[in-house]
Formats: sequence, structure tokens, C-alpha cells
Amino acid sequence: MTTTTTAPSTAETVLDARGVTMRFGGLTAVRNVDLTVRSGEIVGLIGPNGAGKTTFFNCLTGLYIPTEGEVRYKGTVLPPKSYKVTAAGVARTFQNIRLFNNMTVLENVLVGRHTRTKEGLWSALLRLPGFHREEKASREKAMELLEFIGLDSKAEHLARNLPYGDQRKLEIARALASDPGLILLDEPTAGMNPQETRTTEELIFAIRDKGIAVLVIEHDMRFIFNLCDRVACLVQGEKLVEGTASEVQGDERVVAAYLGEPFEGAPGAEEAAAVEAAEAGAAEAVAAQADAAEAEAEAEAEAEAEAEAEAHSTTSTDGEAK
Amino acid sequence: MTTTITADTAKTTPAPDKGFIPLPEKTARALATVGGALTVLSAFLAWTWTSAFPGDLTVYGYPGGLQWLALIGGALTTAFGLASYGVKGFRWLAPSGADAAIKLSALAAFAVIWYTVIAIVVKLGAIVDLEPGAGIAALVSLLAVIGAFALPFERPSLEGPDPDDTGWDKFKHEAGNKWTTVKASFASGPATPARVLPSWAEILLIAAVLGLGLTVFTYGITTPYQELFIGFLITTGFGAAALNKAGLMGRVTTLTARHRNVALVGAFAAAAAFPLTQTDDQYANLGVNILIFATVALGLNIVVGLTGLLDLGYVAFLGVGAYTAALVSGSPNSPFGVQLPFWAALLAGAAASMIFGVLIGAPTLRLRGDYLAIVTLGFGEIFRISMNNLDGVSGPDITNGPNGVANIPNINLFGFDFGAAHTIAGFTIGRFANYFLLMLLITLIVVLVFRRSAESRIGRAWVAIREDETAAEAMGINGFRVKLIAFALGATLAGLAGVVQAHVQYTVTPDQYQFANAVPPNSAFLLAAVVLGGMGTIAGPLVGGSLLFLIPNKLQFLGEYQLLVFGFALIILMRLRPEGLIPNRRNQLELHPEAAAPTVLGKAGV
Ligand SMILES: Nc1ncnc2c1ncn2[C@@H]1O[C@H](COP(=O)(O)OP(=O)(O)OP(=O)(O)O)[C@@H](O)[C@H]1O
Ligand SMILES: [Mg+2]
Repeated sequence: MTTTTTAPSTAETVLDARGVTMRFGGLTAVRNVDLTVRSGEIVGLIGPNGAGKTTFFNCLTGLYIPTEGEVRYKGTVLPPKSYKVTAAGVARTFQNIRLFNNMTVLENVLVGRHTRTKEGLWSALLRLPGFHREEKASREKAMELLEFIGLDSKAEHLARNLPYGDQRKLEIARALASDPGLILLDEPTAGMNPQETRTTEELIFAIRDKGIAVLVIEHDMRFIFNLCDRVACLVQGEKLVEGTASEVQGDERVVAAYLGEPFEGAPGAEEAAAVEAAEAGAAEAVAAQADAAEAEAEAEAEAEAEAEAEAHSTTSTDGEAK
Repeated sequence: MTTTITADTAKTTPAPDKGFIPLPEKTARALATVGGALTVLSAFLAWTWTSAFPGDLTVYGYPGGLQWLALIGGALTTAFGLASYGVKGFRWLAPSGADAAIKLSALAAFAVIWYTVIAIVVKLGAIVDLEPGAGIAALVSLLAVIGAFALPFERPSLEGPDPDDTGWDKFKHEAGNKWTTVKASFASGPATPARVLPSWAEILLIAAVLGLGLTVFTYGITTPYQELFIGFLITTGFGAAALNKAGLMGRVTTLTARHRNVALVGAFAAAAAFPLTQTDDQYANLGVNILIFATVALGLNIVVGLTGLLDLGYVAFLGVGAYTAALVSGSPNSPFGVQLPFWAALLAGAAASMIFGVLIGAPTLRLRGDYLAIVTLGFGEIFRISMNNLDGVSGPDITNGPNGVANIPNINLFGFDFGAAHTIAGFTIGRFANYFLLMLLITLIVVLVFRRSAESRIGRAWVAIREDETAAEAMGINGFRVKLIAFALGATLAGLAGVVQAHVQYTVTPDQYQFANAVPPNSAFLLAAVVLGGMGTIAGPLVGGSLLFLIPNKLQFLGEYQLLVFGFALIILMRLRPEGLIPNRRNQLELHPEAAAPTVLGKAGV
């Protein structure tokens, strides 16, 4: 792939994201986030709606190329292409389920095996001896995974016909099929009833026990509390706190963020952002040149605010890549 | 089913089961069945007194021409009628229930007979040109239809119109309700489980079905006059719909799915028998062109149906193959002056198409969306215009411009001259029959390539890309690479067909490779063949391609209106059957969710 090991990795760090920043025009959806996941860990990522959690995932998995920062997987910088990231060993699920609807459950998982199998077009056309062997091995592996998540009896159903909870599970199985070392789950229990949530909990523990590190986004605090060794909270693109589940839950800033109350340095409204930008701009200007003209700073701030507003308007139309 | 008319209940609950025509069920069923039988008999009467109308409908005691089609429609009606009575020996005809099939086959007979009667009057100029037999036929087929449409069916539950609705909305709502009711009247239930047969019996059944298929196909190709061809379209259209509603098509699909290789070999054996049944090479000529067109459509199906890439210039790859073959096969117009053996020309044509496929695909397949459609459309036209211009005037003299590369010698393979007629085992195989058999081999290759690639890692990757490219990439699929393979493979297969086409037609001209034209092959027709036939299936483009080639060929009286008629027909068909004639089982589930078809699929569903 691209560059290989440079930093001496502490053998057990699976994911190491440093200073990841993602800007869409003037909007900074993720700002300078550091996060590590060690092997054998389940790490939670929480934050209010629009905090930038999914965007952060997309940066990790090569769907977006981060504006700044780098992401390492087991010491290797991840290439900015999502299929290469998967090949490297990071698999993911999607917040809004993205199964291959008109393929069967089994075929969905088989597609997940893509990077771990080799047979090419010639092998398929000529049905070389290796073809059947490899195909059989893939099927066995896929069925094993379906058994693991409890969907083996529905292997021949179309993915679109599965109930919602099963679709989420199938996404997990499909991700697991690529033999990842780290799996990223984006709200795996969204829309599930309490009982399904509980089985998903079990499932995630079982995944961890397979030796796969887990990074999970979730809004369900109880779920996160039961599950995670460590939790990080994103608010407005910035990592606010990181610690054990109880630490994070007790943190007043987190509570405030969830309740929608402004905390220092993070105003919610756009006008406030503009004001703040003006202030920041002014402060910068002051620091740089002792007697900078106020007007200059104001102009700068205005430009910034404009850019931000623009970014917001494009955001609403450009949700596609999510 | 057994209930007759009961009191009207509230509007929101489903209306009681009853037919469109108020007749007691028993009367209706008897009328339809007897009407069908009488239709059969009426086919033996004389319908007109003069032989000015083609097909010799003047004889008492023997059906001719269109009367045969009426006879088939009537026979189907009667058979399904008897099946609905549960008569022993007929029950197997309708595993999904016979009533919808009765309606459709009665319509088949009715439409054919009334079409014939009207055609006679129009052609000969007066009603007096009809014999009483025509009137009898028209009457009994009408009775059968009345009986069929008086059969009760399960009424759908309809919602009354919104009281606030204004005129137009109300009208739309009511039209929607009517349409729902009409659709419900043609609904059929789930098939009863098939009786388990020994393997050999199943294979015999497949052979019988294939024999029937060959007969129908041969009949369609060899129809000597257009009235008969229209009658053929009417009968096969309604007849196939009837068999489908009765559940027989489903049965056959299950059978062929179980014995796939037997079915494949059998189908090709049947197709190979086609030229042997012909004494006239004229129809083998038609056959080989159909085969070329259908094969190219199947190649396009890899690109469009499996991978979901919209290629609007596909015919250009056929052209690249044909031109390459023409230039290296010893045509006097070729500046190269070489005559490669056929196998080398075949490889050259395929390779040239592949190279063009990669050249077009590499820059565009990195992008998503409609770019590919636009670029391929452009490429198709650029190809045609370039071939026009490489004539020594506007450019170097390579292709002889609009006059094309002519006088391409016939293929000579191991001393077997494709240009001459050969007599083998008592059968005379003419020039076009030779090429037909050769092309059949190419078709077989394309079918195998399609099937094997579809049922493999790469085929799954194609479908995954079609379904959701972002998710596919996140599963580790290199979308660009996989799409490029599909695109280049599709191009290569078209190139193969192009090589044969060049030899069959002696001459390759630029005008054969347009985007849209009144006659196939052209890119628009190829795409239509795929969509009409059924995306992602093997049989779909073959059937769709055959029809789309045959129809313009047989109905030349349409002339300039052909594209108009074609457009309307396509719209109607897509409205009635959006999944195509031969549906991919997955698409069928997608487009008709109410059908609650099996949620479980066996093989790849291809
Ligand atoms: N492709 C994009 N272009 C522009 N803006 C984007 C894009 N993707 C996300 N955003 C913006 O980035 C911000 C963070 O969105 P993100 O989807 O990451 O939030 P989230 O934390 O996952 O929220 P939720 O809990 O609702 O899923 C939002 O303001 C969103 O509108
Ligand atoms: Mg999200």
C-alpha cells in the first residue's frame, strides 16, 4: 500500500488517529480529534446529533480524506481509499443500513469476503480447479458467520426482506467477513427494541472475544455504559472528554452538550459562531500586530462567517456521501 | 370462489367475489369452456370465399394460416376451462389456478379472430367478402370472452375517494381503483407443490418444452406474410401470459433451474436444429442476424444488467469487431491486404474491441453517475463518423468511407467453405445456415461467460456495485477495477459477434452502427432488448433481442412510424411488466412486492 511503519508502535495499539480534522468548505465537522483503540478493547464514541461522529468514521475508513491529521492502523498509515482500508483490516457498518438489497443474505456476506479471496475472472470463466475450492471455502466461512450472528436459517432470503434488526446484524456479519482487526459500528442498535439491543450487546462482546477491537457510535447510554471500556465524547467536531463510561457520563460538559446548553467555547447558533470568529480573529490580530486596525479583523471575520454560512447551505443538499 | 352474488356491503370492505359481467359462476365457466371448444371448431370453417387474403381461409374442414392461431387460442381456453373443473388429465395445466389463464387465452382467440375478420374486410374491401364461418368464429370467441370475464375473482379492497377531492383528483383516484380491480381479475394464487418426478421424466419434460419453444420460434421467423406475424404476436403474447398465470412458466423455470446444464445443452441443440428444418436459406439469414443481435444484447447485459453501467454506445464495439475482421480478412477494400485465418480474425476483432473498451472505460469509470452514459454515447457516434471519414478524402484511406469495406470473403475453416451449401446426412445446409451454426457457438460462449462470471466472486462484486457502490467499496471492492473488467468484457463479447457479422454480411458500413435507427442493430435497440427482455438474466436479452429484431423486420409496413409504435409498445410493456419479459427473480420481488413471491431463492437467480 502506501508508507509503512515509521513510529515504533506499542504492539497493542490497533487504531491511532491523530489530529484528524475534516472541513467541508467553511464547516469544520471534525476538529483535531485524537483517538486510539487498543486490541481487545471496545471503545464508544458518543455525542449529540451532528457532532461529527459519522464524519469521523468516514475519515477513518477512507470515505473522506481528512483535511488534516493521519490515521494509523497497527502502525501503518491507512490509505485514503475505502477498499484499501478494508483490505488493511478495518471494517465498518453504516448508520443508515446499506446492504445489497437484491442479493441474498449469504451473497451479502460473500461480498464481504471479497478482499480475502483471490479468484479472478479467468479462474471463474475457465473454472480452474482452484475455483470450486475457493468458492466452497468462502461459502463455509460465510455460513459460519451467519451462524455466529444467528441468521444461518435465512441465508437464502433477500436482504431487503429481512426485518430491521436482522438487517443491522447482517451488516455486522458482512463487515466481519473481511477478517478485520478493527470493526467500526455506526449506531448498531438504532431502531431496535430493548431485547434486540441486548442480543446486539452480546454479539459485540462475542466479536471482542474473537480478538477484534471495536469502535462503536451509539446514542443509547445504557448500551454504551454496559459495553465500553472507554468512551469518547464528540461535541461539535471536537473531542470533549475521554475516559471510562462512568467518568464520561458524569461529566457536566457532556450533560450540558446533550441538553443543548452552551458551554464555554462552543456556542450553538450560527450568529454566535460568527461573533466568536470575529472575536478570535480580533484576538489573533491583536496578538500578531500590536496595533492592528479593528476594521481589518472585522472584515476577516465577515469573510469567515460567510464561508461558514455557505458551507451550511451546501451541507443540506450534499448528504449523499454519508 | 364458490360464493355467488351476495348483498352489497360497505364500500371499504372488499366487494364480494364476482366477475365483471353479472352471470352466475356456473354459467360463466360453462360458457367460457364451451366457447373455447366452439372456437376450435370454427377454425375449420371457411372464413372468406376468395384466396385474395393470404393463408387460404377458404376451405371447410381444414384450418389454414391465421385459423391455426385461433384454434390454438380456443384449445387453450377449453383446456384451462376443463382444468378449472378439475377434470382428470387437465389439472396439471393450472397449478396456480385456471381462471386468469382462461381469461387470457379467451382473449388470445378473440383478438386473433377479430383481427383476422377486420383485416379481411379491410383488405378485400367489403363485409360480403366474409363467409358465415367468420361470423361464427367471431361470435363464439366473443361468447368465450364473456364467459371468462363473468368468472368471479377476489375483489381488492378499495378506498373510496376523498370527499374533498376535486374533479381531476377524483377521476385519477377512480381510474386507479379501476386499474387495481382489473389487475386483481388477472391475479393467480401460489402454485400447488409440484409432483415429484424421476429425473428422466423431468428431462423429457424439458425436451418437450424446448421442442415447443423451437416450434414457436420457427413459426414466428418463417411467417410469410405480416398478417400472420401479427396474429402470431397476439397469440404468443396472450398465450404466454396465460401459461404464466396458470403457473406453468414457474414450473418450467423450476425444472430448468434444477437441470441447468441439460436445459442449456438442450436449448442449443434445439437452436441448432432450426436451420435443418428450413429448406429456404432466407430464414436462416434472418436467424443468423437475430442470433448476432441477441448475443450482443446478452453481452450488454453484463454491463447494464449486472454492473448497472449505462452504456449508450455499445453497438460501436460490435462495429470495432466487424471492422477489424473486415480489414484483416482479405477484402479488396482493405489497405492491409492480409487475409488472416478465421480464428486469428476472431481474436483480432475481440482484442480490438477490448482495447477500445478499456480506452473508453479507463477515464470514465472512475466517475459515478451519468458521465459514462454521455461518454459512451459520444464514443458511439465518434466511431461511426470516424469510419465514415477514413476514406482517403477527409482522412487516410482505411475504411473506404460510407461505402464500407466490401466483398469480405467467406470463412474457410479447415477446408469447410462457409459460402457454399453442404449436404450432410440428407440435410442441405446453405450459406446462412453455416453461419447460423457458427454464430450459435459464439452465443454459447457468451452464455457461458455470462453465467460463469455472474456466479463468481467478480459477478457478485458487479452486482454489489450496482446495488450500492459506496457500500461495495467499503467491503473492499475496487470499484473502478471491477467496473472496467465488466466494461471490457462486454466490449470483447460484442467484438466476437462483430467478426461473424462482418463475414455474414459481406460488407461493413458505418451506417450499421448508429445510436438509434429504425432497424436493429443499434445502441438504442440493444438497450431496449436488455430492458424489455429482463435485466441480469440470460434468457431475457435473447428473447428480447429476438423480438426486437423480428418485429421491425416483419412489420415493414410500419415504415416511418416504426419508432413511434416501438416507443408506445415499450411504454405499455414497462407499465405492465417493468421487470421485463423474463424477470430476474429478484427484480420481480422488487417491482411487485404485493405478489409475495417466494422470499427464498435458490441459485444466483440469474
Ligand atoms: N459530505 C458532507 N458535506 C458537508 N457537510 C457534511 C458532510 N457530511 C457531514 N456533514 C456535516 O458534518 C456535521 C457532522 O455530521 P455527522 O453525520 O458526522 O454527525 P453525527 O455525529 O454522525 O450525527 P448523528 O448522531 O445524527 O448521526 C453535520 O453538520 C453534517 O451536516
Ligand atoms: Mg452519524
